[in-house]
Amino acid sequence: METMKTLLDPCCERCTHTPETPCRDYIRCLTAGPLCHDDPGCRAKRSGLLAELRPTQGSEEGQQILVCAGTGCASSGAHKVVSALEGELQRQGLDSEVKVVATGCHGFCEQGPTLIIEPAHTVYTLVKQGDVAEIVQKEFKEKQRVENLLYQDPLTGQSAATFANIRFFAQQTRVVLGNCGFINPERIEEYIAHDGYQGIAKALQEMSSDQVIEEVKASGLRGRGGAGFPTGLKWSFCRQSAGEKKYIICNADEGDPGAFMDRGVLEGDPHAVIEGMLIGAYAIGADEGYVYCRAEYPLAIKHMEIAIRQAEAAGLLGNNILDSGFNFHLSIRAGAGAFVCGEETALMASIEGKRGMPKVRPPFPAQSGLWGKPTNINNVETWANVPHILRRGAAWYAQYGTEKSKGTKIFALTGKVNNTGLVEVPMGMSLRKIIFDIGGGIQNGKKFKAVQIGGPSGGCLPDEMLDLPVDYDTLTRAGAMVGSGGLVVMDETTCMVDIARFFLNFSQSESCGKCTPCREGTKRMWEILDRITKGEGKEEDLDTLEHLAHVVKETSLCGLGQNAPNPVLSTLKYFRDEFEAHIRDKTCPAHVCAALLTYTIDAEKCKKCGLCARACPAACISGDKKTPYVIDTEKCIKCGTCLDTCKFGAVVRA
Amino acid sequence: MCDVCQDLVDPKETKLAELLAGYAGQKGALIPVLQKAQEIYGYLPADVLRRVGRGLKIPVARVYGVATFYAQFRLTPMGRNVLRVCLGTACHVRGGAKVLETIEQELGVKDGGTTEDQRFTLEIVACIGACGLAPTMMINDQVHGRLTPDKVGGILAQYE
Repeated sequence: METMKTLLDPCCERCTHTPETPCRDYIRCLTAGPLCHDDPGCRAKRSGLLAELRPTQGSEEGQQILVCAGTGCASSGAHKVVSALEGELQRQGLDSEVKVVATGCHGFCEQGPTLIIEPAHTVYTLVKQGDVAEIVQKEFKEKQRVENLLYQDPLTGQSAATFANIRFFAQQTRVVLGNCGFINPERIEEYIAHDGYQGIAKALQEMSSDQVIEEVKASGLRGRGGAGFPTGLKWSFCRQSAGEKKYIICNADEGDPGAFMDRGVLEGDPHAVIEGMLIGAYAIGADEGYVYCRAEYPLAIKHMEIAIRQAEAAGLLGNNILDSGFNFHLSIRAGAGAFVCGEETALMASIEGKRGMPKVRPPFPAQSGLWGKPTNINNVETWANVPHILRRGAAWYAQYGTEKSKGTKIFALTGKVNNTGLVEVPMGMSLRKIIFDIGGGIQNGKKFKAVQIGGPSGGCLPDEMLDLPVDYDTLTRAGAMVGSGGLVVMDETTCMVDIARFFLNFSQSESCGKCTPCREGTKRMWEILDRITKGEGKEEDLDTLEHLAHVVKETSLCGLGQNAPNPVLSTLKYFRDEFEAHIRDKTCPAHVCAALLTYTIDAEKCKKCGLCARACPAACISGDKKTPYVIDTEKCIKCGTCLDTCKFGAVVRA
Repeated sequence: MCDVCQDLVDPKETKLAELLAGYAGQKGALIPVLQKAQEIYGYLPADVLRRVGRGLKIPVARVYGVATFYAQFRLTPMGRNVLRVCLGTACHVRGGAKVLETIEQELGVKDGGTTEDQRFTLEIVACIGACGLAPTMMINDQVHGRLTPDKVGGILAQYE
């Protein structure tokens, strides 16, 4: 018998588990085994491998450097850091003791590339290749931290060494993101070593399908994709539908601009999604599933493909899973670039190979979905919550959140905020806390103006709404929505009319064209907004906009059209004065809308250097060494180049 | 087939035939087949659309309908590198438009255009999911973040 190389290998010939001859205790055996025989040798092999995969503080075993290699950090140079670390460890003779692991997203995109030293938990941010030698030397030879490379809190100026001390992480509750950044997403044994697949093992061994549904219902989990429909209830509809053949789908068509939490989960912990889907399939009675992932996420698709192959090889996908008689087959479909495919019925049309256009409901997918069979769709984050509920129980899960919105939610914090990245917090935390405590406030000391929440279906909320608890019902009442969880922070230099126009431009170009209110209505609304930003707005425009918005909302076929007016309605509600300034005074208070700006040169401040005149693409600035420069406002194309070039602040924009 | 004739067969044709044979009779094969056909040819010429229709027994009108519905499919040849500039919300708020302007000037093409030397095809997209590093762009599968107009030239120079 060969020695065990990975946790999944049999400990000795007495272990008979294969996908063809599955053992019901397989998962528990891997972490607490062997169970079918008592052999100290076998036990030692298992616990030895486990210790390597689960580093404990103070122990020499399992020393690792976890480098974030999610899409964000990869673009900041994470892969160069990985190879530099590997080279350096070899040079210092540490390569057999210390492992370098490229993990999924740590969430702190702004500070990437980030790395975590285990078991000491030290976090290094903005790591460059040149820092590597010092980090390896100090951390592993001298057992010290490299003080000058630690993260510095921009508010207090103090350096922080671990997650627990960095405000960005300290105030989060990372459940779904718990593994992201701490395990190698390309190795199933790491997921299993971190209690993975125990939820499905428990469901198959101890619970009936109905009990699983009751457990999910009791947890209070609601859909994380936007609408917030209770997950357990949704499952029960599909379970109750007549028919032998049923499907489940993972909606990974994360199209909302400003949202990337699903990408983070797929890249960083793909097995959690597979396990969630296995539990759902068992509860509903489905034997086939699809992950529909947008093509813009190549790394997510790659990690998911690897994860599916590994789960099949371990007998966790396929026939007679863990000797329970339950079969489940999973495959991936890559989207082809259509935002509307995030809508359930459009997504299913796309899997069927058709144009992704929504259908009238009823019939609901639970009765007649993919290929006319009962189908249940949930999004990535929803599926990834499920294993935790099964493993730790509904009561544990329900301790987080508010009365009607349970659990945690991942938000993608972006825009003009200091700490951009992925943030997971209990439902009900205030927006102010997320933006100013976790997010570290507004960049460059500017003033907060609005936060756009929920993408093109959501709304913009002003400062006075920031103390609202973030849960499904409160935000909907305020005219926004949790949506998928994108939080784009805007400061005083953002024009709200321009933002409304931006979203309508997005919605009208992504409208599939099937129903008239959405196809025509969003276009007309965009035209009005475009006119206003060009200074051609009319007094009656705002009433027309509001009227159109309500018509499109009430008469569109699917969620895209029904929610497309939300960004307009919410900006009109909270920032009406900005619209009025554009229409009545022909000014843009945020100095964004080019057509409404004028550039002049302050003759007092002008040093007559001529830099602006040389940079001007329209050649409309004249002057010489004796006379101050002036801008010909008739010819000026309002590009702002002169303002950026002038070193003396002589160019004035109004 | 003799050796001489063998050389006359376009290897792309062979790949397409294999692809169609592999998916024959499978439900919902159209989109994956079009995606892989586009990988083979770089775009979807009219003749390929017709052959996909015949191979999967789907009316060519429906094949065309699907190929024109989804943004990913291209009916005209693409450049060697596809440059997708993100103008999603976060990139919009952090000055993506200025970056786009610079790229348009450098390449001399607008959204959907391909440079004369076939080096770049420029596309505007709404969100590539790297919002934390806004403004961003994606060249082929590589994401570039924290862009400023003056970084553009150096990045473009890395692609042949």
